[in-house]
Amino acid sequence: MTAQAASAAGDAARPPESAEVIKADALEDLLDGLGRRGYTVVGPTVADGAIVYDELTSVADLPRGWTDEQSPGRYRLARREDEAWFGYAVGPHSWKRYLLPPTHTAWSAERTADGGMRILDDPSPVPRYAFVGVRSCELAAIAVQDRVFIRGPFADTVYARRRDEVLLVAVNCGDPAGTCFCASMGTGPRATTGFDLALTELLDDEGHRFVVEVGTAAGRALLDDVTHRAAEQRDVAAAVDITDRAAQRMGRQMDVTGIRELLYDNLEHPRWDDVASRCLACGNCTLACPTCFCTSVTDVTDLAGERIERQRAWDSCFTLDFTYTAGAPVRGTTRSRYRQWMTHKLATWIDQFGSSGCVGCGRCITWCPVGIDITEEVAAIRGTEPDESGENET
Amino acid sequence: MSVTAERPTLAVWKFASCDGCQLEVLSLADRLLTLTERIDVAFFLEASGSRAEGPYDLSLVEGSVTTPDDARRIREIRAQSKTLVTIGACATSGGIQALRNFADIDAFTSIVYARPDYIDTLAKSTGIADHVTVDFELRGCPISITQLTEVVTAFLDGRRPSVAPSSVCGECKRRGTVCVMVAHGTPCLGPITQAGCGALCPAYDRGCYGCFGPAETANAASLMDWWGDVLGVDAGSRVRMLRTFNANAPEFRDESRRQDEQVDHDTP
Repeated sequence: MTAQAASAAGDAARPPESAEVIKADALEDLLDGLGRRGYTVVGPTVADGAIVYDELTSVADLPRGWTDEQSPGRYRLARREDEAWFGYAVGPHSWKRYLLPPTHTAWSAERTADGGMRILDDPSPVPRYAFVGVRSCELAAIAVQDRVFIRGPFADTVYARRRDEVLLVAVNCGDPAGTCFCASMGTGPRATTGFDLALTELLDDEGHRFVVEVGTAAGRALLDDVTHRAAEQRDVAAAVDITDRAAQRMGRQMDVTGIRELLYDNLEHPRWDDVASRCLACGNCTLACPTCFCTSVTDVTDLAGERIERQRAWDSCFTLDFTYTAGAPVRGTTRSRYRQWMTHKLATWIDQFGSSGCVGCGRCITWCPVGIDITEEVAAIRGTEPDESGENET
Repeated sequence: MSVTAERPTLAVWKFASCDGCQLEVLSLADRLLTLTERIDVAFFLEASGSRAEGPYDLSLVEGSVTTPDDARRIREIRAQSKTLVTIGACATSGGIQALRNFADIDAFTSIVYARPDYIDTLAKSTGIADHVTVDFELRGCPISITQLTEVVTAFLDGRRPSVAPSSVCGECKRRGTVCVMVAHGTPCLGPITQAGCGALCPAYDRGCYGCFGPAETANAASLMDWWGDVLGVDAGSRVRMLRTFNANAPEFRDESRRQDEQVDHDTP
């Protein structure tokens, strides 16, 4: 799908307008179809005790029968009672590592005989990825980064070129984790827009199958290559039920009513000191976040003094160097840096890009080494305790 | 580039250390040959017998100060060095030998040596910057040759070295390593340790040992509280993890003392 995809935010209860069904076996054919079209297929797989994103060669690479248990600062793989292929929430990786590479050489140059400089051509082709297993919250995150990198006055060519090539196969989320709150952010759990194909995995008496919604012509062509049938009413009802129930089982909630004003009005709230005493300023929240986009650019010369590279790498507003200007960092304390990150994510982002920077995926909560919980911090500033009535106990 | 007649001179010095960081300099291998086209190696006993006299344009100093003679010698070296860069955990924070700083040196020498009266040593092992002005500290046990190359290149090109003082976590996340602490419950010093190793240990399913010393604004107290309260690491282990190659680095040292106070009433 092209970069013109709109926000994935949508109404979880809305049933698909038209849908088809493929048997589980046909997903292999779908992956083969992607391969034939020149895509590198990336999707969920089990590695190092987590469900990560990596290149898939077949459906055998999928995390069959696995799920994830997540809470602040804690992630564990667990066996499911069934053999679902997509029966987890989200893992440590996000798709941004394929659209905004963690490290990237912007350009390189060498010294010429006359003392000048010659820019070297970069012959590497733009990778062509198909993402399989994209969650609704992640479609929303990609839409957020589209606004940052493509919709502004200057397009980021590294992101834009990769984004233009990407094909998105969403898989609706049926098992939110203990740190999920997409329902609060209006970004899930049902994918309503921004995909080429959207699948809902069904494992019931009628067999292991996927209800498929088509989002684009590219998705249509892909589906037409594999055996499929029109969805019956009960298929659609079962698929909608999956995400309806998921919406009721969010592990976290965030009250976003007037959140922009709430944070603007509380820049000196004592809670910032409290969170700063716990925060490690390690940057994990920003690096795990699927919408955080900050990078730093460094010029690196070689030992012989003949060659230079301009390298771009993921950075974080939690590092001192990131705001180092004119002899000092702009935000010298952890308090000011946490406050900057959270108020940007939830408030100033709205002014800057027209939407929240948070999609409720919960990665910043799970992957914080000391379990700082953004929903709890918002609730504390609001002067209430977090509502954990929807706690997802597995 | 054209080689000027007057190439800058390099000296490499050793204090109390295992020589591992000097070996890293040697492991530059063919890059070392490239380097010698731009710099004169004037004094580097691990590599060459030549002992050219100073002053030196760039001194790399390995090791910590542990004897009165060390303390005198580092002042002489500083006086002869236009730029002085310390290399490694010993030179930066006192090294593993700074474990003596938490105990009685006379008790150690009386046990270890047949004639302790022959031993002329200081009560503490300290980093070079505790004695003289240091222009740049290169961390690590041992140092990273990538960072060493960057520091020397930056010196030759007259620019600031690009050596991030932020945490190991950034390196883990960039290389896509699954967090061993969050996903496996493995105690890891990465969040409070400076990057530079490429996040080596977590990539092999081990927690970070803190070889590169405290990261900028390291919040060791919060991490240790989490280790104790959530991961179930006892106070004795918390102290031992903080007291390794960088035991005397202020952020690790002060927190290990705080944790040490909890050892007695936290022992199973």
